[in-house]
Amino acid sequence: MNLSAADWQAIELTLKLAATVTVLLLILCTPLAWWLATSKSRWRGPVAAIVALPLVLPPTVLGFYLLLAMGPNGWLGKLSQELGIGLLPFTFWGLVLASMCYSLPFVVQPLQSSMQAIGNRPLEVAATLGAGPLDRFFTVVLPLSKPGFIAASVLGFAHTVGEFGVVLMIGGNIPGQTRVVSVQIYDHVEALEYGQAHGLAASLVAFSFVVLLLLYYSQYKKSASNMRFGL
Amino acid sequence: MCTLLMTSSSKAEELLVAVAANFSGPMQEIAEVFTQTQPHKIQLAFGSSGKFFAQIVNGAPYDLFFSADQTKPQALIDQNLALTSSRFTYALGALALWSADPLKINNDASVLVSDNFNKLALANPKLAPYGLAAMDVLINMQLMEASQKRWVQGENIAQTYQFIASGNADIGFVAVSQIMQNAVLKKGSAWIVPSTLYRPIKQDAVLLKRSKHLTTAKLFMDFMQGPEASHIIRSFGYTLEQKQP
Repeated sequence: MNLSAADWQAIELTLKLAATVTVLLLILCTPLAWWLATSKSRWRGPVAAIVALPLVLPPTVLGFYLLLAMGPNGWLGKLSQELGIGLLPFTFWGLVLASMCYSLPFVVQPLQSSMQAIGNRPLEVAATLGAGPLDRFFTVVLPLSKPGFIAASVLGFAHTVGEFGVVLMIGGNIPGQTRVVSVQIYDHVEALEYGQAHGLAASLVAFSFVVLLLLYYSQYKKSASNMRFGL
Repeated sequence: MCTLLMTSSSKAEELLVAVAANFSGPMQEIAEVFTQTQPHKIQLAFGSSGKFFAQIVNGAPYDLFFSADQTKPQALIDQNLALTSSRFTYALGALALWSADPLKINNDASVLVSDNFNKLALANPKLAPYGLAAMDVLINMQLMEASQKRWVQGENIAQTYQFIASGNADIGFVAVSQIMQNAVLKKGSAWIVPSTLYRPIKQDAVLLKRSKHLTTAKLFMDFMQGPEASHIIRSFGYTLEQKQP
């Protein structure tokens, strides 16, 4: 494979972005998913709908509103300027924030469904053994949701790697800051450098395939071990 | 057979025309004027020239292609996909330094030199002729090194405009056709860059061989070079090539 220095820089940046976004999303989404899995609040429906919005909205819509919101006249832009951070578009952390919005449902939903699958019984048992709510969450809920955490990490990471429309709208194509792999591929294609586009695009296809393969293997193993316990 | 040909050439046809994004304004007006006097219909598709090129090579059913540069129409001719004789320069693009802030630019380059801006938006020079022209200006003014840290690049000239219009970039290089209509600046402030500072932005059009409406397509190409179309093209800030004798 003949990848240029600029291609490698884009790959490095993409991995850094996806790793940062995944870690931050796991921290943010764990309590959110737990609340969605257990709450009986009337806000549960609206919040679940907002979380799922990035699944159905075209990335250009998300990118366009983020560009306006993060701009000097938008509410996020005013906030970030008052905090002394400056404007977020065209920066790495601007991309992190945008990617978190974009990949949110891919992290929340696997967590939520694995937490829902636990049911009340293990928690009631833990409670009768004297475990408090926090104790129950850390020693019962988290270990039992492990498959959900694996799926959430893999999907959140992979989905951020594959992000394009949002980055295009707010990135500004700055090498080492916002020029990620998908944008680099787009540039190659637009510049009619189809050979180089192939190199990077094929790498991305291979990467995505391996990631999904690992995910499905881990799930097959899980269902096989469940069966063993069942017997 | 003869009568068949006669009837098919006089019936209303529909042309599908691929147009570079920067030319969307004038093209809409020209197509409207054309269809007022002709029975034919014109469907316009706007986008980046690079994408249209890839689509045409892979079989997209366009009749005409209005590129933002000269290389892509030439490449289509080289691949035997476009008619050599049909190629002509339909417009010469003009470049402007623009800000959404009405007080930022005083019809000169002083803001570029003064450093008094957060970001400088330009179209990606690798992809867009207007980006290449912007680079020429910066090189000629010896501002490449000083400005490079503040560049933000749009994938095309429309996105570059968006970066500036939303206020995220204080200033940037855009096409005059985007900010002017009937020789009046629509909003903000601007410096119309002297054409001596950059290579001419020659925009070429070609007729595609795959077209099933060659006669109508030629008719439209002729109309593009007539006085009515020329007047519209100029009103958006483009210039026209001197007709060769």
